[in-house]
Amino acid sequence: MRIKKTPGEKVFTVFNILFMIIMIIMTLYPMLYVLFASVSDSDAIMRYTGPLLKPIGFTLAAYKRVFQYPMVLRSLVNSIIIVLMGTSINIFMTSLGAYVLSRKHFYIKNAMMVLIVITMYFSGGLVPQYLNVKELGMLDTYWAIIIPGAISTWNLIIMRTSFLSIPDSLEESAKLDGAKHIDILFKIVIPLAMPTIAVMILFYGVGHWNSWFSAMIYLKTRDKFPMQLILREILILNDTSSGGMQGNSTIDDVQKIGETIKYALIIVATVPILVVYPFLQKYFVNGVMIGALKE
Amino acid sequence: MMNQKNLKIQSPKNEYETYHMSTRKAGVIQNIKKDFKANRELYYISFIIIAYYLIFCYKPMLGAVIAFKDYVPMKGIWKSQWVGFKYFRDFFQSPYFVRLIRNTIWLSLNSLIFGFPAPIILALLINEIGNKFFKRSIQTITYLPHFISMVVICGIIKDFTSDTGVINYFISALGGKPVTMLSVPKLFMPVYVISGIWQEVGWGSIIYLAALTGIDPQLYEASYMDGANRWKQTIYITLPGIAPTIIILFILRMGSLLNVGFEKILLLYNPGIYETADVISTYVYRKGLLEFNWGFSTAVGLLNSVINFFFLIAANTISRKVNDTSLW
Repeated sequence: MRIKKTPGEKVFTVFNILFMIIMIIMTLYPMLYVLFASVSDSDAIMRYTGPLLKPIGFTLAAYKRVFQYPMVLRSLVNSIIIVLMGTSINIFMTSLGAYVLSRKHFYIKNAMMVLIVITMYFSGGLVPQYLNVKELGMLDTYWAIIIPGAISTWNLIIMRTSFLSIPDSLEESAKLDGAKHIDILFKIVIPLAMPTIAVMILFYGVGHWNSWFSAMIYLKTRDKFPMQLILREILILNDTSSGGMQGNSTIDDVQKIGETIKYALIIVATVPILVVYPFLQKYFVNGVMIGALKE
Repeated sequence: MMNQKNLKIQSPKNEYETYHMSTRKAGVIQNIKKDFKANRELYYISFIIIAYYLIFCYKPMLGAVIAFKDYVPMKGIWKSQWVGFKYFRDFFQSPYFVRLIRNTIWLSLNSLIFGFPAPIILALLINEIGNKFFKRSIQTITYLPHFISMVVICGIIKDFTSDTGVINYFISALGGKPVTMLSVPKLFMPVYVISGIWQEVGWGSIIYLAALTGIDPQLYEASYMDGANRWKQTIYITLPGIAPTIIILFILRMGSLLNVGFEKILLLYNPGIYETADVISTYVYRKGLLEFNWGFSTAVGLLNSVINFFFLIAANTISRKVNDTSLW
């Protein structure tokens, strides 16, 4: 059925589209600003105030400098290690949990569910968690960042919901063929729940890539620091001296380049996310729905 | 190998029988024993999961008793001296108590008042757009900031709000005086709330957009026949249609009323604006992990969780009474 528009509605439509265009500009502009600034001339950027609509001059000097600092490369590698290790453990543990909780004939299933859901509302708090990690001897290791967050209960529930939607008959027939639960999980359930798993990979992976707080409290050795911690020193604490940033140059020099390096670093830290985003995007809206609407 | 295979072939039948017997007969332990025989593998996997939750969630919950103890690392949690409610009394009497509660509630309440409706409004507006491609583009773009790291976001916020930043450029263009916003105590709240909306509004709208697609299109056609315009349709069909979603999300939000964005504040604040920016969780962090006041810090954190839980229960109860929608 075609609904005719009244003049008032036409005006609304125009304003709505204008509003959306403003939304788009407001969301994208800060990122474009950073991009423009990162390829601008650092002297010019220091002197420039106001909205940047295109790069002033064009130079990749800041990017070259970024990769010359040993600490930046080191921290990038560390971040990649944490993302890969962390996400694999996340997916493994979460699917194990989701699998047992989605079996129909499993006596302690409901008791387990209660045990798990309670942790969404209660936690020991920052200090007891820290002391726990300390007692387990995980301080200053990547395990401290990875293991305590191995399962996100919210994600576990999303995954369980998606496992529940897989027909029982598949499990039954696999069992008749002699498959064990582990086989069923990895050869049948996970491949069938791949859209949800993809979302989980995105959520967990982005989470690890972006996380800095647990690294800050648990890691002591600078060589183990992930990217976000180095970024924090430079962006937030304005401490370009850290991480061997200065090299042989004078303080003045460092400050000058520090300005554009800041932006180049933001881009370096954000590009991996922007790269995976379009690929996983079609899945994650579905994933969010499963979690939000069915539970 | 052969033996195992034979066993497996029989197992579905066993499992089925065990299940039905176990539901009838009393004795939890006995039932588990029976079930264990049929579902041995499931139990082994469960042990891993249960162990994880016990060690990393329940053990720290028990560890929270140091809120009532004079915790000495050498003695460990259980052998340290009890001090009763000393830390709680200390906290209530300290000048920080009022300031922290005030800041926490003020920041959280403003985020709630301005931040909660924002995604609903955005979803309603996006929903009115006819062009599918445009619609999808807006969604994709608006939820992008959700995926960018807090460190980067805060770096950009600091940059934009500095006295030579873009925002101040416009302020001085309009005749105002440029200020470094993050060094002015009373500006922290607006900076915090507005940047929060910028970052999360698109992501928050996903859920409402999904709820909107669930509304029966016939309702709109019928109301059109009855002479309702778009505005009336929004008030009488669209909003009631997504009301349950709104309520559930509101209850969840109430449950974390005192959990303001801890990481963001930690990245944005500085001693100059502690007066308005310091909140319970950042205080817990400073006291506990920087000043090693472990017991005291845990006590403050515990208080925070208890109040949060109270809000959650209250919101849920009210909502159940008022319109039959609740979490439990």
